[in-house]
Amino acid sequence: MAEQKEHQNGIPRIGFYICHCGSNIASIIDVEDVRKYVATLPGVVVSRDYKYMCSDPGQELIAQDIREHKLERLVVSACSPNLHEETFRNAAAKGGLNSFYFQMVNIREHASWVHEDKAAATRKAKDLARAAVYRVRFHQALEKRKVPVDPNVLVVGGGIAGIHAALTLANAGKKVTLVEREATIGGHMALFDKTFPTMDCAACILTPKMSAVKSHPNITLWTYSEVEKVEGYVGNYKVSVKRKPRYVNEDLCVGCMACIDACVFKEPKFPDKFNQGLGKRKPVYIDFPQATPKVVLIDPATCIQMKTGKCKKSCADACDRKAFDFNQQPELKEIQVGTIVLATGFKTYDAKRDALYGYGRYPGVFTALEIERLVNASGPTLGDVVLRDGRHPKAVGIIHCVGSRDEKTNKWCSRVCCMYSLKLAHLIKEHSGAEVYNFYIDMRTPGKGYEEFYDKLLAEGVHFIRGRVAEVTDWAMTPEEQGKLVLRVEDTLAGFVRRIPVDMVVLATGMEAQADAGEVRHKFNIGCGSEGFFQERHPKLAPVNTFTDGIFIAGACQGPRDIPDTVAQAGAAAAEALVLIDAGHVELEPNTAHVVEEECCGCKSCVPLCPYSAITLDEAKKKAVINEVLCKGCGTCVAACPSGSIRQNLFEDDEIFSEIEGVLAQ
Amino acid sequence: MSEQPSMAPVVAAPAVAFEPRIVAFFCNWCTYTAADLAGVSRLKYAPNVRVIRVMCSGRVDPQFVLEAFAKGADGVLLGGCHPGDCHYAEGNYKTLRRMRMLIRMLKELGIEDGRFRLEWISGAEGDKVKAVVNEMTAQVRALGPLDLPGKFKEWDREMEDLEQHVNASAPQQEEAHVR
Amino acid sequence: MKYLYFPGCSLKGTGKAYEESLLAVFGALGVELQELEDWNCCGATAYMSVDETKSYALAGRILALAERERLDVVAPCSACYLVLNKTQKSLQEHPELHRKVTGALQAAGLDYKGTVKVRHPLDVLMNDVGLDAIKQKITSPMAGHKFAPYYGCQIVRPYATFDDQHNPVTMDQILQASGAECVEYPHKTRCCGGSLTGTVPEVGLRLAYILIKEAKQRGAEAIVTVCPLCQFNLDGYQDAIAKKYERVDLPILYFTQILGLALGLPAADLGFKRGIISAEAVLAGR
Repeated sequence: MAEQKEHQNGIPRIGFYICHCGSNIASIIDVEDVRKYVATLPGVVVSRDYKYMCSDPGQELIAQDIREHKLERLVVSACSPNLHEETFRNAAAKGGLNSFYFQMVNIREHASWVHEDKAAATRKAKDLARAAVYRVRFHQALEKRKVPVDPNVLVVGGGIAGIHAALTLANAGKKVTLVEREATIGGHMALFDKTFPTMDCAACILTPKMSAVKSHPNITLWTYSEVEKVEGYVGNYKVSVKRKPRYVNEDLCVGCMACIDACVFKEPKFPDKFNQGLGKRKPVYIDFPQATPKVVLIDPATCIQMKTGKCKKSCADACDRKAFDFNQQPELKEIQVGTIVLATGFKTYDAKRDALYGYGRYPGVFTALEIERLVNASGPTLGDVVLRDGRHPKAVGIIHCVGSRDEKTNKWCSRVCCMYSLKLAHLIKEHSGAEVYNFYIDMRTPGKGYEEFYDKLLAEGVHFIRGRVAEVTDWAMTPEEQGKLVLRVEDTLAGFVRRIPVDMVVLATGMEAQADAGEVRHKFNIGCGSEGFFQERHPKLAPVNTFTDGIFIAGACQGPRDIPDTVAQAGAAAAEALVLIDAGHVELEPNTAHVVEEECCGCKSCVPLCPYSAITLDEAKKKAVINEVLCKGCGTCVAACPSGSIRQNLFEDDEIFSEIEGVLAQ
Repeated sequence: MSEQPSMAPVVAAPAVAFEPRIVAFFCNWCTYTAADLAGVSRLKYAPNVRVIRVMCSGRVDPQFVLEAFAKGADGVLLGGCHPGDCHYAEGNYKTLRRMRMLIRMLKELGIEDGRFRLEWISGAEGDKVKAVVNEMTAQVRALGPLDLPGKFKEWDREMEDLEQHVNASAPQQEEAHVR
Repeated sequence: MKYLYFPGCSLKGTGKAYEESLLAVFGALGVELQELEDWNCCGATAYMSVDETKSYALAGRILALAERERLDVVAPCSACYLVLNKTQKSLQEHPELHRKVTGALQAAGLDYKGTVKVRHPLDVLMNDVGLDAIKQKITSPMAGHKFAPYYGCQIVRPYATFDDQHNPVTMDQILQASGAECVEYPHKTRCCGGSLTGTVPEVGLRLAYILIKEAKQRGAEAIVTVCPLCQFNLDGYQDAIAKKYERVDLPILYFTQILGLALGLPAADLGFKRGIISAEAVLAGR
């Protein structure tokens, strides 16, 4: 359906199109009414509605009209410009019209989806369409700016996500710098014994990838390093990385570990962070035998030489390669990259926050990560499942959803805990023969082979009690409970309160955003959701993109997820980076600001406003000058210019004033 | 909350119930995205706000706000990223400074407090868009129409009357003076 | 440091030992407590279920009186503390209720804006006075004494105002600062039986029995509490418990009594004689 009429003097010929979006828009907004109304507005020579404007025929309709009706401006009322602005700009170009002679009206996300009153929503759609019709008259022909994309990539975080992304990019021939905060790459996955549901050994599948990172000619691996500062924009980022001192020269150390044997501390004495504090380490240490790079480091807080300068330094003497350097200083490196993949991972919930579960008060209470280390053959007990006092547990209770699905702490489901609890139940039973009880709210096992794994555990004789545990207590009500930890729980299937005495309690702690996620996202200028995880550009259609072009996210930094999903996402993030790199350049919105020289009075009000230092004063002419390459198009200087001599493409004063007039005209 | 006209009481009500018209300036990166999110999440809110997209709340010239009131808006809402979260590092701080001054000015112009609102809404806060729009709509509805265009006309008429009055009395005064 | 003091009915009646020891301890620590003039009943928890709005007005009057003085108000009784907190929160969250209550208050020449801070003595000692300052004034430490710290339900739930809801530790730390040892007491926030001892005695007595039995078993020579109702309940029914279960005989004391001894105050000024179960062992040698 269409309304068509002849050219009107003085006003560009405008084509208006309104989309039904199936019934998404048309069920609330009377599109025909809007179409008829807009046809009466000055300048509008074509007004049409169509089922799906974004479809090929929809776009073709626009292109054809532009040619046939000599359209000079285009307005499309449909969904959010964040979704389809580019689509319709292309449609305009197809018809031979400059893409920027186009204005989009959002009547789906901003109207039909959020309003129930049809008449009011239709009124709103008319107002918004009128505003766009008024505005589009003032549009200018513009061209996108092309900037080259530096082919080098930065990957931040050396867990399985970062490792996979780095290897994918490196295998595609791109130079990658992988920055990891800890002394070794591997992340959380390196702590695990087995992986669900296949029960393949985590180290067996992870360590080959870790070595591949180390030996890959295209990867520069900087562990024990942190990103300090990020400047620039898509395709052209300048990144400063701080390399923390290990007090051991990384290029010389071959990881023979003779120094560790030679340390003046004959026995390991200090809590071993890698083993969740369950084991001990010396001041000179390596996290685990397959640490990558295989380079020792010194903990300055416990090393006698570092603390007092008065050690006989037997470690250094034991080193053939003379790799020790007690005066090593932090080093600041600067690199240029075009794209960045953030894979900074997660932290586990602090189990102490649930006081009723007694973590930190009762030695028999463990976190799941601690158990991962206990069941691990290379862990502190070489795979022996023992309590802190050395006893072997006869009964073990695993409490699900600690720090997940809880109004008081974290509302979200951490997605991995049901499955890893099943895995740990299996391993504990296998290693110790103990009776194992799982206390769950709902069993969540969506994934290939996951439900089957649950079935297998049921058959193995692991007990499942449906109920959120109220309390872990050492208060014995009966002689059998003496010396035990008692889990008090409402068994919601049996319909009564039970007390289950066990020797060991495992808290299936959930996943949270890294403690410094807020700081990191500021550094990279990306967003976070209210729960602290990095915000993707679109939850479904752009899950690894961020609102900052050229910066991608992968893995649990975006939200709780398991290893298969993390790896898939890391691959996707790498692919997104490759898209930019292989295109060789990116097109930037031409929404930069410029100074109209004859109107500028050289007052310098604008100069300090620009966060990118894009504005300078031409001292000879006493006029402000904006460097278009540095300008990012926020428009803050435009709003501040007292003489109105700064203009912003796409957001000209004329355009905005006419839009204001348009939404309010009646 | 009775944000929809169809819900308004019918008994003995004035012919047309007052529906506030609110113009909103939303920054592209946070608040506009949050409004998109509200849509995707199908949150329902009052249909009284008309959003104008800008790249950054820093682009919002106080004149835009004044122009909106002058052209008939009953309220103006300005949405930007939370402090520290600006996509352009610090545009929203500039906005805050400017709008503080504007608020003082609006007061002097006789435009009530509740008619202008500055809100920080992040891209993840679709529910905040809903809450703010509903709250502001209720607030502006309670304040009633601002109708500056109508007032301008009235003042123009008054000026014309005055002029006529002056013109009419001028010759006599002159005479009197001569006499 | 100066605060308003809202005693409520308990501290003038069954909880007299609490008042005596509290005033003595605060005095010794240089904290001034000025009794709120013309205070009224807080309504405790019972009135709420009879007539909510009126009970808010009743508690609102206390807050309004306190607001006039521009000081934080200290409410040592757990029931008062809870009711005042609840009133404050409800008035803040429900403008309509706030309007009604202030309407009633204005009729009596009072007003309430919501600026008053309601404080618990533990909160004041921990966060205003500070453990270090307390430690400095300890002259006769309670070394060798072991207590079960018992908080009851009302000061931590539902509002965890200054400590964890389920594992509060403020009193533990204050007792430790006084030189005493605290046993690991899993029941520190469980129900003491409350008013059930009067209404459904078999339930109330059982709950009280669990508390004292467990404390004794863990080697505590007394339960130390912050709540006059808990103290009364646990102290007063031990004969009944002995008849129904077994004789435990465990003194139930206020934390201020222990702190008072450690500060070197004479036992006679700390209300020890008011307890039913004798605290001789605690007082031995003092």
